[in-house]
Amino acid sequence: MYRDDFVRRIQSPGGDRRSARSMHLDITLLLTLVALCMGGLFVLYSASGQNLYFVKRQAVFMLFGFVAMIAVAQFPVRFWERWAIVFYIIGLLSLLAVMFFGVGAKGAQRWLDLGVTRFQPSELMKVAVPMTISAFLGKRFIPPSFQHVFISLSLILLPVLLIMNQPDLGTAILVFTSGFFVLFLAGLGKRYLLSAFLLLMAAIPSFWIFVMRDYQKQRVLTLLSPEDDKLGAGWNIIQSTTAIGSGGLAGKGWMQGTQSQLNFLPESHTDFIIAVLAEEFGLIGILSLCAVYFVFIGRCLFIALNSQSQFGRLVAGSLGLTFFIYVFVNMSMVSGILPVVGVPLPLISYGGTSVVALFLGFGILMAISTEPKRIRMEL
Amino acid sequence: MIHDAAFTDPARERRIFAGRLFVTALVVAVMAVIIIARYVDLQINRHQNFATHSDNNRVHVRPSVPSRGLIYDRNGELLADNRPTYNLTIVRERSESLDNLLANVSELIAITDEDTKRFRKRLKRRKPFEQTPLKYNLTEEERGILAVNAFRLQGAEITARLTRFYPNRELFAHVIGYVGRINERESQSIDSIAYSGTDSIGKIGIEKYYEDQLLGTVGSENVETNARGRVMRILDSVDATPGDSLTLHLDSRLQKVAYDAFAGERGALVAIDVKTGGILSIVSAPSYDPNLFVSGISQKNYNQLINSPDRPMFDRAIRGQYPPGSTIKPLFGLIGLHNNSITMDYTINDPGYFFMEGIERPWRDHNSKRGGHGKGVDLAEAIIESCDVYFYKMSVKTGIDMLSNYSKVFGLGDITGIDLPGERPGIMPSRDWKQQARQEAWFNGDTINVSIGQGFMLATPLQLAVMSARIASRGKMIKPVLVQSINAAPVETEITDIPDLEVDNQYWDYVHRAMRDVVHSPKGTAKGISKGLDYEIAGKTGTAQVISIDAEEEYDSSKIEKNKWDHALFVAFAPVDDPQIAVGLIVENGEHGSSAAAPIARQVIETYMKSRPPGDGQLMAAESPLQGELR
Repeated sequence: MYRDDFVRRIQSPGGDRRSARSMHLDITLLLTLVALCMGGLFVLYSASGQNLYFVKRQAVFMLFGFVAMIAVAQFPVRFWERWAIVFYIIGLLSLLAVMFFGVGAKGAQRWLDLGVTRFQPSELMKVAVPMTISAFLGKRFIPPSFQHVFISLSLILLPVLLIMNQPDLGTAILVFTSGFFVLFLAGLGKRYLLSAFLLLMAAIPSFWIFVMRDYQKQRVLTLLSPEDDKLGAGWNIIQSTTAIGSGGLAGKGWMQGTQSQLNFLPESHTDFIIAVLAEEFGLIGILSLCAVYFVFIGRCLFIALNSQSQFGRLVAGSLGLTFFIYVFVNMSMVSGILPVVGVPLPLISYGGTSVVALFLGFGILMAISTEPKRIRMEL
Repeated sequence: MIHDAAFTDPARERRIFAGRLFVTALVVAVMAVIIIARYVDLQINRHQNFATHSDNNRVHVRPSVPSRGLIYDRNGELLADNRPTYNLTIVRERSESLDNLLANVSELIAITDEDTKRFRKRLKRRKPFEQTPLKYNLTEEERGILAVNAFRLQGAEITARLTRFYPNRELFAHVIGYVGRINERESQSIDSIAYSGTDSIGKIGIEKYYEDQLLGTVGSENVETNARGRVMRILDSVDATPGDSLTLHLDSRLQKVAYDAFAGERGALVAIDVKTGGILSIVSAPSYDPNLFVSGISQKNYNQLINSPDRPMFDRAIRGQYPPGSTIKPLFGLIGLHNNSITMDYTINDPGYFFMEGIERPWRDHNSKRGGHGKGVDLAEAIIESCDVYFYKMSVKTGIDMLSNYSKVFGLGDITGIDLPGERPGIMPSRDWKQQARQEAWFNGDTINVSIGQGFMLATPLQLAVMSARIASRGKMIKPVLVQSINAAPVETEITDIPDLEVDNQYWDYVHRAMRDVVHSPKGTAKGISKGLDYEIAGKTGTAQVISIDAEEEYDSSKIEKNKWDHALFVAFAPVDDPQIAVGLIVENGEHGSSAAAPIARQVIETYMKSRPPGDGQLMAAESPLQGELR
């Protein structure tokens, strides 16, 4: 079957495609990434109040990300499968380091100060956890046995608990989700799914009482009735929905969004940047962005489906789905259907580590995507 | 891995994976539909609501403040001006912590406890996002300090606004009045839109009476503000219309002469233009600086004014009610002549006292040495020498009804209708009045008391001036008025004859002559002021008892405290042949009209006469810059 695929690919190579292939790059992913990055910089320029400093910094991170991605793509998938556990351990140690030497902002301790730049280990775990779980399950029978499920969950929960302790609930949930996706795609039994579901339901009350901090509870309450606290916690949601709604179909025009330009919108260049896009480019802008995202995510799932290795399938599927979850959670929280958790909009929101971490993931996706060719060359 | 792979079934693994991927893809699709539906709902279905909300967010209507109308005297001199001042205001919603902000501000500039107290009081009355003043009249240095530290004074702002200023300070305090902060009671009765740009309102005097004209019409600006409420740009605006400018009949020079003439004494003076009824000068002494009230007077200053025994806040000119004493005599004589109860030839014998039939106690003649004015005292002599007994007798012959009714048409016993708030009516007693006020019948003894301006009778200095002007004009219905023109449009003043009063010209001549002789005859009670006049003044002195002295006792000022001394009064007009100016005045506890009051009147009349070009009836018309512009 894959031989047929492989023959078909050989028979219909475009000129560009061939050179992209030789660089181990997936042309669809590459084009959508470039579109997202360019669009993101445009919106960022407006959202930061025409501040070129942010745009330049973000562009540098993106370039760095592209380089990292291409570098990662050059290594064979088996290399990443073998080394996944090493990255995982490095990430875990960094998280521990954050606990003791970390620097923070707004009451949370999330960064390691490396002198040159700040580095957020929890972002790295978004890639390291699915890779490690995939590597672990990739060598074993699927659907996974109880023992494997237990080991996998332990590998997931270790960093998740450390991240939750920072506290950074949003990232913790995303890291957990990325790991859980691997388990699910690996065919996690229905019994596990059902018991996980029941456990979750039972855990919610104790989660609310023991784990969640006051500000996190406040965010949930705010979601339920933002009007109760118009100038406090509800302010963000009221202003962001106002920004989105007032954008209408076609938007107010680039740099013409009054909500964002007049500072009504909080965090307009980071977590709430999609409200700026919605206000200035309207529903048309939102749908265009969604279209690009769906091409991208669709391509990820396609790569997963066509991957030759178990590891490749699981990693690619998990990364694609996690990417979707980023987009979904961010767009939901800004539009007021989920509580405000600090999840950036991938490639659009300003933020260095997040961009680099994403590109590392894309590099692995590219490596998986171009794997069949490598097999042929080795033959 | 190779070992494991030997036992794996790749096809089955792919199938499991593909199945799971298919399920998640379905879930992804559903979630995508939800999120897109949410954005469609917000951006299409509810777009209108949010667009409105967004505009409400950024667009605010801001009142643009009209500048208050200016007030000029008749020569174009500014009596009430608007000056830019800088105030420190705070918008509570924009300060993160009000207490911290206040602490920060008071580290930088001097904020008194009083300032803070008043600020907290104002804070309770303001609308949301309104600027609440903390400190007024910032100095240039204070403004500099605040500007440099603006970054840590979130919510505080320096606002410039026009503030009322009275350049003549105490000179016109009572008549011009002052503006002050709108208080709670006022804020309930005023149109809140008309006052949206200002926190000041006329409190007393002309500032209050002409509030509607002076205020102006508020304009509006649609401004776009950012989340911190800072104005980013003005979208459109309706200009404010400044308040009307008032030009008064008042003459600052006359006012200054009159005020200075009181030289620390308590009293009041009103000078009226006989031709128009325009008030040339209206003084109440002592006075105070109205500028103290503009930005809110301090408790200390206020207590000082309120507790001063001289009562500087009291407007004696229109609210002080005094017994008019002998100043009433020319009017009563005229009423007697007009009603034929006396004639010009009628004389009496004045032994120094007067007995009323059936009453044991006699009425003394206060204005003569023991033994009285003697035989053959006619009306003229009774006015010139101020013979009380003549008026005791003539009043009994004339009766209170005649005296009361005719006095009223000369402006006594009721408000004159001057364009000032708070005028008092005085008392012109009558049978009805006594019945109502005292539930008692009228006695002849009451009439006798009234005949020399004592007893129940009370008049304000303004009423005395009006009476004097109506006598001077031979029965013209002269109404006192302060405002000459509003925005250069003259205020119509029509001078008519007093209705149903046809006094023989010979009686007018007689009374005018007698009043002239008060000043110009060697026997006149005010002969002291006639020296050096190149025109003639008609006048009448008066003395009003503050305490009653028994008929047999002698009034001796050395034996009583000064605040119980008699009040000195004087009414006058000049020149006698063509009266231009009429004056009424009182010096509290001044003892004698002749020595204390008359010289003040002379100074005022002299200043007025000297400032007139010879042969010109109208005062200084050509020299007035304001009037010059109008022609």
